[in-house]
Amino acid sequence: MPESIIRVKHLSYIYGSSPFPKKALNDISLEITRGDCVAIIGFNGSGKSTLIQHFNGLLRPSQGTVWVDGIEVGEKNTDLRALRQRVGMLFQFPEAQLFGQTVYADVAFGPQRMKLGRHEIRARVKAALDMVGLPHEKYARRSPFELSGGQRRRIALAGILAMSPRILILDEPTVGLDGEGRLEFYSYLQRVQREQGVTIILVSHDMAEVATMANQLYILNQGKLVRQGTPQDVFAESEQLRSWDLVAPPLYKLLESLRQQGIAIPDNISTVDETFDFLQQQKIKSGFRMEYSEAEADHHRR
Amino acid sequence: MAKDVISPPLIDIQQVTYKYPVKRTMQDHNQLVTEPALQNINLQIQSGEYVALLGHNGCGKSTLARHCNALLLPDEGNVYIAGMDTRDVTKHGMIREYVGMIFQNPDNQLIATLVEDDVAWGLAVKGYPLPQIRERVAEALDAVNISHLRQLPPYKLSGGQRQRLAIAGILALRPQCIIADEASSMLDPFTRQELSELFSRLHRKFGLTIIQVTHLLEEAVYAQRIVIMERGRVIQEGTPAQIFADVERLQELKLIIPDPLKLVVYLRDAGFAISNQALTIEEIAQEIANA
Repeated sequence: MPESIIRVKHLSYIYGSSPFPKKALNDISLEITRGDCVAIIGFNGSGKSTLIQHFNGLLRPSQGTVWVDGIEVGEKNTDLRALRQRVGMLFQFPEAQLFGQTVYADVAFGPQRMKLGRHEIRARVKAALDMVGLPHEKYARRSPFELSGGQRRRIALAGILAMSPRILILDEPTVGLDGEGRLEFYSYLQRVQREQGVTIILVSHDMAEVATMANQLYILNQGKLVRQGTPQDVFAESEQLRSWDLVAPPLYKLLESLRQQGIAIPDNISTVDETFDFLQQQKIKSGFRMEYSEAEADHHRR
Repeated sequence: MAKDVISPPLIDIQQVTYKYPVKRTMQDHNQLVTEPALQNINLQIQSGEYVALLGHNGCGKSTLARHCNALLLPDEGNVYIAGMDTRDVTKHGMIREYVGMIFQNPDNQLIATLVEDDVAWGLAVKGYPLPQIRERVAEALDAVNISHLRQLPPYKLSGGQRQRLAIAGILALRPQCIIADEASSMLDPFTRQELSELFSRLHRKFGLTIIQVTHLLEEAVYAQRIVIMERGRVIQEGTPAQIFADVERLQELKLIIPDPLKLVVYLRDAGFAISNQALTIEEIAQEIANA
């Protein structure tokens, strides 16, 4: 059985102690499997950010429990330092937080704060930069400010990878990147997941992004977990999604439209390539069928 | 509205070059070459047109948009709005009555404590009589479907509703043209789609000229004409059907190709008969089914 790296049980979080407290999270229970890439989605104000802030101890549960890689968050003596080394968090527009004179200084900041040895730090920075496709030899001495937006964002990612997290939480990681920058960022993320076995948690509004990257979706609506499932299952229910103010990604909308046009597209199709293969086979088949029936008709006529 | 073929364009941009003033800071020493943000731009937009100004980050599309209501003035060349030169400072008030602008973040242009007061503000400043203000506010709120929210403070509205409120504030002044500068970029996909539909509706219903500045191909679909910019130049112009026909080119321009469009290209290459006219998801689905 796959092992859960995050276990949330009956989590509620209440903001403020005013006479009218707001329940930002309401009785949430979920598990996230180690090594997975999952996404938390929901409309503005649905509680996504509140939830992920429990995963690295920025918030403590008002009720319920949160276990992250064996550490219980919210215990009085929770080792926050250990927790935050295991959980790396990349905020929106992380490149705005770069400050180092050089790329090296920026990426090395985290490991230095972890009080690692000099050689260890050097090795980690090098590995992290290589991991995000910015080779150490070429980029370490440059100023982060002379690089492109996409490269700067990957440096911010490298800064977190250098701390060797086991869980990586990314809040809207590709907002503001152009098409090329986006695809690059995805490919490096997938590499981190594959090669280092890091569990990735995405928070995103971009449904196309979520559909390509994540294999498990968690939908929040008004502080409640209303749905959990694979992108294929979740995005097939367009009516349900609308009720949570969400829309399926464009490809899924197209698949739905095609089904309405009478093309029986199987439920397991989820990428452009799969759709293409299916439609092409379908065409070949229907072509055959047509020829066959014509031949048959001819036969009868004779 | 009578449209004459020989009437001058509402917006006439002639050989405009613009360079942002360089701040002398440490960082600039690294950047030895500063390219002009706009280089010799020629663009005419007719009254009643719906134009999408498309390009990736930093291509100059927002800079160009800001020239269309005299927020920026060209270094070289001229911009005429309904025949008025934007260099003529005395005309700026009038130019901005003709061309209203909304931005990424609606909060930057909301000022009053109630929705209806916010819409009324522009009219009040211009000294319109009260009955007329009331009438125009009601009309503007109705046009963007937020009449039911008129007694609420703006902060109680959702992002999409606030963006609609910003549009209503502009509509109340009855401009000829609305420029939306990446107005959807802070919105979720659901509200983003609603906003695109609103622009099309305003265009059809009131004959408003719409200039939609965006980096998203799927938003440009609704326009009559797409103008693509790259490195401060206009590099391509055409109807959505013409522009979407060359996906490779769009990819070169670092634009994000929506999945349905990718699929259409694959299918076309494989011999499916799918025309260039299929742009929306429904149209694409229909053509695939009939191919």
